[in-house]
Amino acid sequence: MARASPPLGLLAELTHRCPLACPYCSNPLALEGRADELDAADWARVFREAAEMGVLQVHLSGGEPASRRDLVEIAASAHEAGLYTNLITSAIGLDTPRLERLAADGLDHVQLSIQDVDAASSDRIAGYRGAHARKLEFAGRVVGLGMALTVNTVIHRANIERVVAIVELAAGLGAGRVEVAHTQYHGWALRNRDALMPTREQVRRAMDEVEQIRPRYAGRLAIDLVVPDYYARLPKPCMGGWARRSLNVTPSGRVLPCHAAETIPGLEFWSVRDHGLAEIWAASPAFQAFRGTDWMPEPCRSCDRREIDFGGCRCQALAITGDAAATDPACALSPHHALMLELADQGSTGSPLRYAYRGRAPAHDAIPTPTR
Amino acid sequence: MPDLPDRPRLAPGVRLHFDKTRNAWVLLGPERVIEAEGPAHEILRRCDGSRTTGQIVDELAVLYTADRSVIAGDVNDMLADLVAKRLVVA
Repeated sequence: MARASPPLGLLAELTHRCPLACPYCSNPLALEGRADELDAADWARVFREAAEMGVLQVHLSGGEPASRRDLVEIAASAHEAGLYTNLITSAIGLDTPRLERLAADGLDHVQLSIQDVDAASSDRIAGYRGAHARKLEFAGRVVGLGMALTVNTVIHRANIERVVAIVELAAGLGAGRVEVAHTQYHGWALRNRDALMPTREQVRRAMDEVEQIRPRYAGRLAIDLVVPDYYARLPKPCMGGWARRSLNVTPSGRVLPCHAAETIPGLEFWSVRDHGLAEIWAASPAFQAFRGTDWMPEPCRSCDRREIDFGGCRCQALAITGDAAATDPACALSPHHALMLELADQGSTGSPLRYAYRGRAPAHDAIPTPTR
Repeated sequence: MPDLPDRPRLAPGVRLHFDKTRNAWVLLGPERVIEAEGPAHEILRRCDGSRTTGQIVDELAVLYTADRSVIAGDVNDMLADLVAKRLVVA
């Protein structure tokens, strides 16, 4: 059994409710309902246990965390537990009084999602009219309160031509950091994969463009890139290795090694309603399943990079190969690597920009291919 | 490379924290956990916007009874790296 060193980060999914319906959402297709959500006292206990076991940072996420009326109380309890507290939000539903109380109660950092640089495209992607304008206004309030702001933009075929403009927008809003995050295909994003997938050439150009502008922003705006998997040759060290650095608590209290882990059949997840967090981290079957390197098949098992990328992403291995214990097909050494490239090439060139939105009727007019 | 700040301070959303579990000082920022033990901690805890880089170098030279030019090189290298990552600002 692989030994567990303490985790550094906790993703706290406070709710699956969200006013937006972004087609790249990596939340599960079957969302947990409000009636099952942990209450604020549960979360306070989870945060205290997390801090005690060595977690340093908590990310308050969702869904949209502001959909919870007790968000301020929950965030304050994370701060009181001694955790670096990060709020991941769409800005919708977070008014000035609540934002001011969050700032006063010790919130360390705000991460705001922005879908594109222009309102029409952004609102279409988010499936929410008027969202973009409210996000820009919210960014101004965050910076005005002296709080640290990161802008996160998930990159896909409808906005990939504008990565430079996205970075410029983040800088103009006063963000200290921008995440240019190529879509990770889990949950809703996997369902919408063909419509989201950029072409190989678009990805190559977008990656080059970000590297070209990076020096211009040194000292002003940190640019973090989440690299795309589908045209890669090396897999990402997903989550820094399964059950190695971080854990995820769902709205109802189930504890997962990564937030898409429930897609893997046969894993047994424990809940904070039944077990202490440290016990779950050390001993729950889902965390043990792919911890360390003992579970690895070839070509991972004898690979020099096995403790660098930890075999990549288990959920992606499942989605592409049908086997969660296979080498991530993003790796050029995977026998399924060519299949993954083929899926990306076919999706990016042979399908319209038509999304399945969560909670909406699937019929939606195809969007004209965007240009620069 | 960006210019070094006259009076460096930690960027908004960045703070020093003593990690009791690992018995070590760390610098925490957005999606960042950086070990900050020994000299790194001594430099960072002085990045409060009140001291000049020169004063920080002076204080460390006394603390470590070391040659000022050696300390200055180390402090400038570390600050340049943290400024580029926007963890330290003017």
